[in-house]
Amino acid sequence: MAEEYVVQMKNINKVYSNGVAANQGVDFNLKRGEIHALMGENGAGKSTLMKMLFGMEQPTSGEIIINGESTVLSSPSVAISKGIGMVHQHFMLVPSLSVAENMVLGMAPRKGIFIDKAKAIEITKENAEKYNLHVEPEMRVADIPVGMKQKVEILKALVRGAKILILDEPTAVLTAQETEELFKELKGLKEEGYTIVFISHKLNEIKEITDRLTIMRNGRSMGVYETKDVSKEDISRLMVGRDVVLNVQKDKAKPTDTVLKVRNLEYVNEWNKKMLNGISFDVRKGEILGIAGVEGNGQKELIDMLFSLDTPDSGTAEVNGKSIISIGQKKVRDAGVSLVPEDRMLYGIAGTASIEENVISDRAGSKELNSGPLFNMKAIHELSDKLIKEYTVLCKSSAQQVGMLSGGNIQKVVVAREFSNDPVLILADQPTRGIDVGATEFIRKKLVELSRSGIAVLLVSADLAEVMELSDSLIVMHDGKIAAYFEDTTTLTDEEMGEYMLGLKEQTPEEIRRVCHD
Amino acid sequence: MANLLSNMLTPEFFFSILRISAPILYATLAAIVVEKAGFANIGLEGLMMFSALFGSLFSYYTKSWFIGFLVALVVGVLMSLLMGFFAFQLETDIILVGIAINMMGSGGTLFLCKVITDNTEGKAMASTTGLITSSLCIPNISIPVIKDIPFIGGVLSGHSFLTYLAFLFCFLTSVMLYRTSLGLNIRAVGENPNAAASVGVSVLKIKYIAIAFSGLMSGFGGAFMSMSYAQGWSQDMVAGRGFIALAAQAMGGGECFGGMLSSLLFGFAQAMGIKFSSVGLDSNLASPIPYAITIISLAVFGVIRQRQAKKPRTAEGT
Repeated sequence: MAEEYVVQMKNINKVYSNGVAANQGVDFNLKRGEIHALMGENGAGKSTLMKMLFGMEQPTSGEIIINGESTVLSSPSVAISKGIGMVHQHFMLVPSLSVAENMVLGMAPRKGIFIDKAKAIEITKENAEKYNLHVEPEMRVADIPVGMKQKVEILKALVRGAKILILDEPTAVLTAQETEELFKELKGLKEEGYTIVFISHKLNEIKEITDRLTIMRNGRSMGVYETKDVSKEDISRLMVGRDVVLNVQKDKAKPTDTVLKVRNLEYVNEWNKKMLNGISFDVRKGEILGIAGVEGNGQKELIDMLFSLDTPDSGTAEVNGKSIISIGQKKVRDAGVSLVPEDRMLYGIAGTASIEENVISDRAGSKELNSGPLFNMKAIHELSDKLIKEYTVLCKSSAQQVGMLSGGNIQKVVVAREFSNDPVLILADQPTRGIDVGATEFIRKKLVELSRSGIAVLLVSADLAEVMELSDSLIVMHDGKIAAYFEDTTTLTDEEMGEYMLGLKEQTPEEIRRVCHD
Repeated sequence: MANLLSNMLTPEFFFSILRISAPILYATLAAIVVEKAGFANIGLEGLMMFSALFGSLFSYYTKSWFIGFLVALVVGVLMSLLMGFFAFQLETDIILVGIAINMMGSGGTLFLCKVITDNTEGKAMASTTGLITSSLCIPNISIPVIKDIPFIGGVLSGHSFLTYLAFLFCFLTSVMLYRTSLGLNIRAVGENPNAAASVGVSVLKIKYIAIAFSGLMSGFGGAFMSMSYAQGWSQDMVAGRGFIALAAQAMGGGECFGGMLSSLLFGFAQAMGIKFSSVGLDSNLASPIPYAITIISLAVFGVIRQRQAKKPRTAEGT
């Protein structure tokens, strides 16, 4: 019965050169003419798997069989020639060119030495009609709405002969109406025998249009299911869950005064999507407040607002009674706020600078480290040596380039700086993502220790185990809103969390309001 | 002042604007195409210097202006491909490659000129102006009918054929960019190389074609400088035209027609500088005029463009 599968990926392993195992023994297959959901949290390995199917990445081991033939997909061109097309989350379009020009790029019809523009428009119109995907061939891509851009991308793949379409979170950028339209079109394509892979973590959408689904977690496949046979709750349980139970020793928190007070933050992003919708909460001295949620539900934007990296449309945020909205990072730091940024390579460190230079970068102008117009090198050496020792950064010397260290040690340099400048509030955004177990444990312990010493900690983490066990109380963000607040995390189950994270359940406004300790 | 004005409203003055604009226009077209392909070639000045030197030398040695002219083009293209090799394949910063070419174009050409002309009359020459006679220059063309029209004839007729070609190329370049698949690929590569690569367009190839085009245009500009604008090559004779072209590209909004207007503006400024000094103004005061106009006009256009680009975020509806 192998013929019913157009694609079979067998025992796929992918280890990136930095040692991260993104896929481990994954089996994935597609039946002709089905819409197949590929589900999982960010970092679960969905994108990696699909990049291998589209020839953008090569599997470390494993076999890919297309139409019964074992195939090596060495580049996207090869994948296209095998009838595979991919619509990326970030569109591969040239904004200043017209829709028709984008459509025929690389295969432009000619009349003599000139491009046959009329023909290009005709090709576009013909295909738009054939596949029932309405686009405006003569408009510039920069001027068309996101929904139409997506159709252009789908048409681009179809024009190049794709029979298998991979859509990477296609609805993430669409409005509800556009999503509905897309679904109608996808169903149309399915009826004509096209096979579609639909990457998403929105349960309602999955239930609505897919036939089967594959769930991934931590680089492994959690199985293939008929969509009609599994409930949303089942899916949520398979997608979200703890693989390892950690045990960080901590005493019960004794929170006192409110340090961070956030009220009614609203923010609409550049694509007109409401990323923060009336966010209000407090973080008190001596507690760790965790923020859980599937990535992309406003957590990043919230941190940006709290560290003056962006300006909200409305709302307030105060640290010890002083507004920290849009006052610049220097003043935010002066107010006692520290940030362990999500992207440590981009915002956490300067890779080519030394460890010493990195740890003093937030206080390079301070009196203690300067004598007159020059640095007091002795004081700087002492400080950096002390921090290296205290945070057990594994390095040759404090003069070593930070970029040369391992991920865990780089993160230790970041936290050494951020934790040692007497903060009143620590914003820890994915503080242990992608680092080794030892460094992870160290940073977690440090966070607990600091909170117990009277510092307020706001912890954002996509790692469910981390956010549930480290936090004293917890909020769940979904779709730019706070979906739930739990005063006590010890009695929470993974299932319950999953339901709030994926938007199946929502607490009442009264329950959520308890997070504001007025 | 009245004297100056009557001096300027002559056919000769307008003729000189076109003549002065031509080499700037060539370099501007070069700058436009590479910018469309997504990078900057700041080495146009140096490329023109090399083309100018070898054009005049070969014209002298072969006693044929046409061979000299072709050599100028070939030298421009080869040097630009070398730049491409360093920048695209060896991954040197293209700005540094451009600076290297410019420095070689200044010092290296003088060196080469001295070495190559060592055998003439027993001593090295620091220029080729003594070698190039008017018969070794690129010929001028007087256009029948038009040349007899009063005033206009004096402005439009009698130019070097390279001057006419410059304005023709302005049109052809625009057609290439917007009407051929090569142009489409160049624009796509410049704007979103990933998108171009994802549909099988070779980004490397397109970049090479773009930089070779800039070399070809520099070849035209260089040949014009040493074999028409002046008789023979002399040290630093391109005198910043390669840089002014970068300004003209930006001022013209990166488009051929706009670039042509900007080139003409710079041509006008230089012609005016020359006019000022001819009516007795100290040349130390007159010679900075074109550069002052460059800075002022760039500032003005910069402000205008910024105003146009400013779109308040709230206008998108919240």
